[in-house]
Amino acid sequence: MIGGCWRGTGRVVQVKIGVVTFPGSLDDRDAQRAARLAGAEVTPLWHADADLHDVDAVVLPGGFSYGDYLRCGAIARFAQVMPTLIDAANGGMPVLGICNGFQVLCESHLLPGALTRNQHLHFVHRDQPLRVANNTTAWTTAYSVDQEITIPVKNGEGCFVADQKTLDALEQEGRVVAYYAQGNPNGSLRDIAGITNERGNVLGLMPHPEHAVEALTGPGTDGLGFFTSVLKELVR
Amino acid sequence: MIDTVKNAEATATDGLPYAELGLQDDEYAKIVEILGRRPTQSELAMYSIMWSEHCSYKSSKVHLSQFGKIPKGDRMLVGMGENAGVVDVGEGLAVTFKVESHNHPSYVEPYQGAATGIGGIVRDILTMGARPVLVMDPLRFGDADHPDTKRVLPGIVAGVGGYGNCLGLPNVGGEVVFDPSYQGNPLVNALCLGVMPVERIQLSAAKGVGNVVVLLGAKTGRDGIGGVSVLASATFEEDGPANRPAVQVGDPFTEKLLIEACLEMFDAKLVEGIQDLGGAGLTCALTETSAAGKSGMVAYLDRVPLREASMDPTEVLASESQERMLAIVTPDSLPEVLAIAEKWGVLATAIGEVTTGDRLKILWHGEAVVDVPPGSLADDGPVYHRPMVRPADLDALNNAPLPDYPEATKDLLLKMISSPNLCSKRWVVEQYDRIVMGNSVLAWPEDAGVVRLSEQTGLGVALATDGNGRYTRLDPFAGAQLALAEAYRNVAATGAVPIAVTDCLNFGSPEDPEVMWQFAEATRGLAEACAFLETPVTGGNVSFYNSTAGTPINPTPVVGVLGLLDDVARRTPMGFQDQGETLLLLGDTHDELGGSEWAWSQHRHLGGVPPRVDLAREKVLAEVLVSGSRDGMLSSAHDLSDGGLAQALVESALAKGIGARIVLPETQTAFVQLFSESAGRALVSVPRSEELRFTEMCNVRDLPVTRIGVTDGTALEIQDVLTVDLDELRTAHEATLPALFGPLAGT
Repeated sequence: MIGGCWRGTGRVVQVKIGVVTFPGSLDDRDAQRAARLAGAEVTPLWHADADLHDVDAVVLPGGFSYGDYLRCGAIARFAQVMPTLIDAANGGMPVLGICNGFQVLCESHLLPGALTRNQHLHFVHRDQPLRVANNTTAWTTAYSVDQEITIPVKNGEGCFVADQKTLDALEQEGRVVAYYAQGNPNGSLRDIAGITNERGNVLGLMPHPEHAVEALTGPGTDGLGFFTSVLKELVR
Repeated sequence: MIDTVKNAEATATDGLPYAELGLQDDEYAKIVEILGRRPTQSELAMYSIMWSEHCSYKSSKVHLSQFGKIPKGDRMLVGMGENAGVVDVGEGLAVTFKVESHNHPSYVEPYQGAATGIGGIVRDILTMGARPVLVMDPLRFGDADHPDTKRVLPGIVAGVGGYGNCLGLPNVGGEVVFDPSYQGNPLVNALCLGVMPVERIQLSAAKGVGNVVVLLGAKTGRDGIGGVSVLASATFEEDGPANRPAVQVGDPFTEKLLIEACLEMFDAKLVEGIQDLGGAGLTCALTETSAAGKSGMVAYLDRVPLREASMDPTEVLASESQERMLAIVTPDSLPEVLAIAEKWGVLATAIGEVTTGDRLKILWHGEAVVDVPPGSLADDGPVYHRPMVRPADLDALNNAPLPDYPEATKDLLLKMISSPNLCSKRWVVEQYDRIVMGNSVLAWPEDAGVVRLSEQTGLGVALATDGNGRYTRLDPFAGAQLALAEAYRNVAATGAVPIAVTDCLNFGSPEDPEVMWQFAEATRGLAEACAFLETPVTGGNVSFYNSTAGTPINPTPVVGVLGLLDDVARRTPMGFQDQGETLLLLGDTHDELGGSEWAWSQHRHLGGVPPRVDLAREKVLAEVLVSGSRDGMLSSAHDLSDGGLAQALVESALAKGIGARIVLPETQTAFVQLFSESAGRALVSVPRSEELRFTEMCNVRDLPVTRIGVTDGTALEIQDVLTVDLDELRTAHEATLPALFGPLAGT
């Protein structure tokens, strides 16, 4: 099995994943569920609490933090939890930002580029095929390169943009983790759906893997691999 | 100068411009009699609001009383009269749900009107102590290609999505219907459902002398003044869209924080009574809480946090600023209430207290501007027995011959499934988050939304809304029953047991005797059918004055049915699941095309009589669909309604791209079998291994069952009639709305 209690080295390891709730976070409970289903112990984290409570990895969930009334993620980036989180991420802790969480990571400069208003100006929600391009990050080892997976996308401001140099670098360094396949839902440049940092521990993803962890409520279970990957990474 | 009670006493016989606020002569006389003097300006505003059609139900009350006589069953914990009804669903959980209208604001300002419609119904559900877990929105527009539909539809859809998405509530169903009778008066109905532990149910009564009245949420501004008394309780004139200041502006982020703060207060048992501020704002919340508690109350209105310092007390009382709640808490709990509010960044202000006696006194910088018995506002409003007349044109409509029936052809099928009412609503629903919260088991375009309530046991609810204005125009009694029957059937098709009803009754002006007759017939029909189907009405809303330039809308009772599933893993989807399964048609098909989608979309014909209602048949059909789901016999089930069998076949085939070979029986012409809208029918697919067991179950219950074909391939083939590839069907089905309102995202 993946996760839960591991006895590989003769000791019991329980991986703790923290999920941050900002005012206006919406998919926080869903990220918690996904981490639990993957076998992790879940620790809710609060935006106004700088303490990460000894978690091994952190998910910044989807939603509309602070209503997205300014720029998405621009206010959440200044939450009290963020300096601690940024230090931890720079120290190698696995961090996954989903949708609004991706936007927060970009605003925090843990990831390059920005997410802007969808090209067609509408919110869009659909089951979205993705092509995995990097399976060496902390969050993607469960997949194979060029594997096509389907997980839901739902955003109003998910159009990834960066300058040409950054885009070239991202692609050349293999830091594009997933591309939109069979159609680009929001106009993201070069069909980019998710990227990682140089170290491969921080990942930003516009689609929602936490909504593809149960066949009953999602398009399938293709999203679970993001969470099982990090568990495997942490007990290695 | 502020008009105080003292001032009113000194000038007790001065006249006031009550007619401008929508009050009648006799209503004003009654106010003077109650108070023994002229009302102050603030009091007059309060009476005009609380006695408006929207708040007092003065024209509908005598008819709605029939719903109160429907046997309650043993599940209803809170019935009509509170903000929403509450139903026991077992496992210690209760569910509350309600549908409401926000029609006129959405015409004036489509985005904000629709957005605040969602916001308002969500607060109604929160007020009962529940966590809101889903929304649905039945929408109706004028002709799809009318220029004004291009103005209102994109804004309304974006508003529903913008607010609901930002609140994190999945939008799991609803309707999008086009008809010229809604031109200039679109219908924006919004439904919300919430869930709570039974012991967390909250009521609105303000009790306990000395308890503190706390205003939670947004600051109060000048938005929405006159919303219910002016916008919602009168007919639009030509200047409709100029009423913008009367529409509220929504702030879903504040509402999200308000939800989390209130739920935390409920869980900590800090709240004695609670009421949302919606239409009628503080006026309604102060009077209803004190009237329900049979208490006195004093409110210090100058403590209310304002967006604009220059607001006078009348404006503060009448403001419909959104995202506000009024809580009654003990003095001991107050510090903890304020702390929770602060944690969530929600403004909380003690603005008054519960007192002895039975007067509601409202002070403005120390001087009384209101001193009234709250019951006179909340409960003793006028009640009208409006005159009723059967519409003069109804006989002619009912006797109008239908157009000649054509041959059933591929061309006709493609025309039908691409017509605005039958086409794919993907353009709309892709703008809604249908899965946030992670419990959506079925959502658009399924027959009903199914949402899981318990991850441990799989307990869940199914919900569907339906309403057919054309049927109701032709026969209001039958039309209302058909709306109920369809929603009931939709819920049962998923495998859920229908248990309760909410309704939003959208009609023209009650001052028009023909409209009033339609309303009376529809409520009578709905009440009788609810009693027969054992689905009590738990609450709802009446929306009158839906007419443009003197022409009322088609009467449109929108009925929402709640169903219960022991285990959502057993739900039946509408789409074919596998190749080679048997297709069965349940129920009888008659020659019933009066008011049908065929007559309307192909001939702009509205006439004849709607399909016959057979509630006993609906009951048996529902039992079979539920048993079939429970025993694992059904792969798919789809109710037959608008567009008939043809529409159901296309939708079931397109869901997963599984085709079908159909052989129609020879009892009727192919056209009638494919496009008749006879009620009490469903299309199901069963694995071959279950066919015998399932048909025997139908036979035992005297439910007609006809084997009409098998699932097969990637085309829809109807023997001797037509063959069409699913790709071609999908293109025709999905192209209509993008052609009218712009391409689908990313195409």
